[in-house]
Amino acid sequence: MANLKVRVPQTAARGQIIEVFALAIHPMESGFRLDNVGKVIPRHIIETFTCTYGGKEVFRAKLHPAVTANPYFAFHLLASETADLVFAWRDDKGATGEERAFLKVT
Amino acid sequence: MGSLTRDGVGLISRRRLLQASGVALIMLHARPVLATPENLAAAIKRAFGSQRIQPGRVKIDIPQIAENGNVVPVTITVESPMTADDYVKRIHLFSEHNPLPDIVEFDLGPANGKARVSTRIRLAKSQNVVVVAALNDDTLWSAQALIEVTVSGCG
Repeated sequence: MANLKVRVPQTAARGQIIEVFALAIHPMESGFRLDNVGKVIPRHIIETFTCTYGGKEVFRAKLHPAVTANPYFAFHLLASETADLVFAWRDDKGATGEERAFLKVT
Repeated sequence: MGSLTRDGVGLISRRRLLQASGVALIMLHARPVLATPENLAAAIKRAFGSQRIQPGRVKIDIPQIAENGNVVPVTITVESPMTADDYVKRIHLFSEHNPLPDIVEFDLGPANGKARVSTRIRLAKSQNVVVVAALNDDTLWSAQALIEVTVSGCG
């Protein structure tokens, strides 16, 4: 199952600022919740989320437990070249998620 | 008469139920040790040192009243041309009264074209959230917003 969903326009004019959306599928267990016998549910969160454009990092988020389950990010990019966008996350257990999108710049 | 007695019994048990749920509510809220304004100040210092932070340039779009503290949408915009020599390099969102003062941190640059980021956060109770933005010239700008939280997002 895809654990990262993204929305990126297919094409953009050079110099145009586009908005991109990413939704990671993850419980973001804060480490502050108790289970039904009063035991702390261990922390399990995404720690970093990144986006590269043409191989260059253009966005990075460091997450703390106060980010919701299924973290969502919307941010902007300056369309400069036809290239792949690679979105990725990594959690505190070493699990990762990745999704790519191709942006054609005219 | 019989029915009156039954009603009386019903009333008492409802009262007991309310008392019990009141206790349960207090326990629910007492669970995590929440951050204080002092923790917030310490977290900002940890992230940005003791450099001067000026109010301005930063705008926080967040609901004034969040019915569900588990999911609070927030959009942060920083006034900046986002050019190679004048851009926002970092946006850090802090909480005043969550169990931890840090919420989320973003690294940006000229490739973003616009310094605007949206995400969704958890808030344990009514409180201020504070944004500090660092520009490439190392000046720091901030804004804060007060949010009333109806249902706690703690836990």
